[in-house]
Amino acid sequence: MKIDFKKEVDHVARLARLELGQEEKKLMAEQLSGILETARRVQELETEGVEPTSHVISSPALMREDRVEESLPLGRVLQNAPGRDKDYFRVPRIKPGE
Amino acid sequence: MQYEVVIGLEVHVELHTESKLFCSCPNRFVPEPNVNTCPGCLGYPGVMPQMNSEAVKKALTASLALNCEVARLSYFDRKNYFYPDIPRGYQISQFHVPIGSNGSLIIEDDQGTEKKVRIGRVHMEEDAGKLVHSPYGDISMVDYNRSGVPLVEIVTEPDLRSPGEARRYLEQLKSILQYAGVSDCKMEEGSLRCDANISLRPAGSEKLGSKTELKNMNSFKAVEKSLEHEIKRQRAILESGEEVISQTLRWEEDKGETLVMRSKLEAADYRCFTDPELPLIALSEEEIEAARSALPEMAPARAERFVKDYNLPDYDARVLTASRSLADYFESCLKTYDNPKTVSNWIMGDFAAQLNSAGIEADSCAFSPEDLAELLVMIDEGSISGKIAKDVLLKAFASGKPPRQVVEEEGLLQISDQTELEMIIDRVIAENPDSVANYRGGKTKALGHLVGQVMKETKGKANPQLVNELLARALS
Repeated sequence: MKIDFKKEVDHVARLARLELGQEEKKLMAEQLSGILETARRVQELETEGVEPTSHVISSPALMREDRVEESLPLGRVLQNAPGRDKDYFRVPRIKPGE
Repeated sequence: MQYEVVIGLEVHVELHTESKLFCSCPNRFVPEPNVNTCPGCLGYPGVMPQMNSEAVKKALTASLALNCEVARLSYFDRKNYFYPDIPRGYQISQFHVPIGSNGSLIIEDDQGTEKKVRIGRVHMEEDAGKLVHSPYGDISMVDYNRSGVPLVEIVTEPDLRSPGEARRYLEQLKSILQYAGVSDCKMEEGSLRCDANISLRPAGSEKLGSKTELKNMNSFKAVEKSLEHEIKRQRAILESGEEVISQTLRWEEDKGETLVMRSKLEAADYRCFTDPELPLIALSEEEIEAARSALPEMAPARAERFVKDYNLPDYDARVLTASRSLADYFESCLKTYDNPKTVSNWIMGDFAAQLNSAGIEADSCAFSPEDLAELLVMIDEGSISGKIAKDVLLKAFASGKPPRQVVEEEGLLQISDQTELEMIIDRVIAENPDSVANYRGGKTKALGHLVGQVMKETKGKANPQLVNELLARALS
């Protein structure tokens, strides 16, 4: 399948809310193409009879007990907020579809 | 043309745990924003998620209570999207392998016949923060208290055929999850939320029509109403020969209509992949069987027990056990007032009416089971009449004061003082010569009118039996 890498980069950049310049887009398209080429070569391997690996950590979860610990003081919570309105984080409004 | 309605529901339920899914912040609904947060649920990079064992247990219980097959091995994925309610840039959710699948639940269809609704999947995920959009300008305010709260999402197959079936499914689901202790399922606090997918197709057709998704319904009633509205809207479109556009609609309760939120053409692209920071969730046969045998008594079994142990009519037992909190309330009340039928009458009548108008559950009202028991004792001991008791219940329910205090403060104690009543009776006899003449002339019914007058004079506080006796004696 022929992939239009320029279009792909535009799409992913939009999803990630990244603004890329023309030069950056060109570079990303080249790198993306290289990464996918590597993945394609991996796919050539004979995997018949090999269990699919969904996970990099094979041991099952060590879980924590359901216990409450102290949360962060409000001053610290909002310390790095881009904007603050009373005790809320203030952010630009995102309209549906954007 | 005859159309068949096809509905599927997606329900998000907050799991009832002490702490959040991946951090130790409290999982509690509070009005103050951002107080239950930490670097983990605020999405700071570099914080390792620590899975809450109780949340996994509750999700397992939910799966079993809904007759699901349980995945021996499941895991979490990252659902990537950029929106301020998810500060990390991805939501941790079970996309590829849900903990429960192929479950079912039994409801009654519109004809009253039992019908099985298939549940496609039950999966765990974390909740997002809450956005408050400022009415002025292009600003949103974010509260992350809810961020990271453990959820299960329960998705039906498109098996529901009417808005009524959808409502009954939700009622049944809520009852099961409450009984199983998985969630308190309070829609008003957002611990149960429901989205609905709906389409119409020509009767007899196998192929599904294009569907719309409805959001923002705040009660079971709203789900039913929004679906009824959407059926009308889609039918009108189809009958005019046009096609239904697949889109997400927002239910506007005040206007009773739906508004377009977004078109499905620009469908989200979440690029889900396995979360490499979280290990596999492995459940052993022993754990699954232990959870299965720990499933508590559900509504039908409890109703049966109520009939058997308390000698209640079938109807009472079904009403009382429809919600776990109401059934618990009933049984708590019996501990101090051992007359099941009387307690049942009061709970199903005046108490339930108060709950309904306040829009709350029995476990969150200030009028405790002990208060109800006290009220009933006061009727029995003759301190108040049954009629006054209804008034006391109303006032105690609203104020949170014990009924005995309400009676004292409002001066509602029943008048059983003979001398005081005789004075009032003498006055009533003097003022109603016609009724007195009628009674003496053999019309015994006239006594009722005179009793009524005495009750009116005493604002309902007279002991009715005593008034009857004294009046009859005074007139003989």
